[in-house]
Amino acid sequence: MVVAESKPVTEILDMIKECKKVVVAGCKGCVTVCNSGGEKEVGILASELRLARKVAGDDLEVLEYTCERQCDPEYIEPLDDLVKDVDAVVSIACSVGPQYIAARYPFLPVFPGLNTVFIGGAAEHGVWKEYCQACGHCIIGDFGGLCPVTRCAKSLMNGPCGGSSGGKCEVGKGTIDCIWHLIYERLKNLGQLSRLENPWGFKNWSTSRDGGPRTMIREELRK
Amino acid sequence: MTLTAGSKLEKILKSGQKAVTCECGPPRGADAEHFRHKASFLKDCADAVNVTDNQTAVVRFCSLAACRILMDMGIEPVMQMVTRDMNRIALQSNVLGAAALGIKNLLCLTGDHNSFGDHPQAKNVHDLDSVQLLAAVKAMRDDGKMISGTEVVGRPQMFLGAAVNPFADPFEFRVVRMAKKIKAGAQFVQTQCIYDMERFAKFMQMANDMGLTEQCYVLAGVTPFKSVGMANYMKKFVPGMLVPDSYIQRLKGVPKEKQAEEGIKIAVEQIQQLLEMKGVAGIHLMAIEWEEKAPEILKAAGLLPRPQVD
Repeated sequence: MVVAESKPVTEILDMIKECKKVVVAGCKGCVTVCNSGGEKEVGILASELRLARKVAGDDLEVLEYTCERQCDPEYIEPLDDLVKDVDAVVSIACSVGPQYIAARYPFLPVFPGLNTVFIGGAAEHGVWKEYCQACGHCIIGDFGGLCPVTRCAKSLMNGPCGGSSGGKCEVGKGTIDCIWHLIYERLKNLGQLSRLENPWGFKNWSTSRDGGPRTMIREELRK
Repeated sequence: MTLTAGSKLEKILKSGQKAVTCECGPPRGADAEHFRHKASFLKDCADAVNVTDNQTAVVRFCSLAACRILMDMGIEPVMQMVTRDMNRIALQSNVLGAAALGIKNLLCLTGDHNSFGDHPQAKNVHDLDSVQLLAAVKAMRDDGKMISGTEVVGRPQMFLGAAVNPFADPFEFRVVRMAKKIKAGAQFVQTQCIYDMERFAKFMQMANDMGLTEQCYVLAGVTPFKSVGMANYMKKFVPGMLVPDSYIQRLKGVPKEKQAEEGIKIAVEQIQQLLEMKGVAGIHLMAIEWEEKAPEILKAAGLLPRPQVD
């Protein structure tokens, strides 16, 4: 899923300091799962904003709505009535959400309430880790099913580098696993260490964002 | 003798004589005089001098310019190039430019991660890694092709090197990775600073057993301790650096003003031991910001004067 974290309330307050009335719009997709932008977080953020502005003597009216998803135009539509007389929308979806809202309402300011951080998953309760960089051409089959593009600090295809120590990466002061150590151990367990004997060639990054913003077209699904 | 680039370093190694390389880091500014001053100590004691490429991810004046300065001083450079800051377009361009300027030794590295440097906010590149850079330069040199397949008009004649760190993990994979670098194009390797002689001996044994030392010259990395503080720092804070307590105790056992002298003695002993090891083709002396001591160390180790080659 897309993992996102809340922006500090002070940053959001600064973005909407000129506003008298806003909508806080959540999303029932990934950000609900990672506890940063679902219905519950919409309520919390709305209360925090109201309270902060009340304390400042500058009341703010905050409407609350949580979209089914913000990455589909049809699920943005229910905001139409709510946004009629607001000064801005604060979206707490991943950064796709505010951009869909911006596209639908050309004259309405929209602000992100989250920082979208990565494509990943939960490691334990309250901890999420990055697993994918969406490079557009998955090569993890060559590496025991583990991704060196994303999980090696240097995206090495021919690791591990000299900074691998005791299974940990030199980046992150011992908190990050050296993915190349894990790749090595896994291929050893699978009896496939020979996969690591030859240099891995040049990755084609044109399928990644380096080739320009991407569009995926499935002709059979187009109407 | 078949030569690829015909550098002095290549000739000495191929003649079977022990080679000596030293390291000289460009300054964090445009002060060429300071760089010339440091390099001047290395002129007659190294067969070639490595010029680091923004080492530890700290901005310094560029390796290419520094190599040119060395050449003007009559010193043969080993240009270091890291893949952290440049994509394949810039890397290949710099290799061609370096060859055009007459640089004949190239050390291909991935480089320290930018989070350790003076610009941790920088975007890193890592389009290629060190192994891929070796393969790319080898293909330009031997096949006259760029990564894209575009023909290279005027092939870059480079003697290709790589780094190896026998002290990182997983230990048993270190020789496999070295073999990979050789397959990609490495003709010589320079090792990380060696302090754990036992582990290095094990590494060399494995490299010899795999036949790697017959395909590639190993220059053993030595960095003299200036003080017990430096030894402690390396032990505690430099990842993958194994510093045995025996050296620390030895440095502690002499008065503070004698520690540098003791550090030099240790380095000399290390060099002598390393040169005895099967498969060690030379020494890579990294006297960091202590270049003026290189002649004394190498003389005491019996490595001076350096051989002359045509």
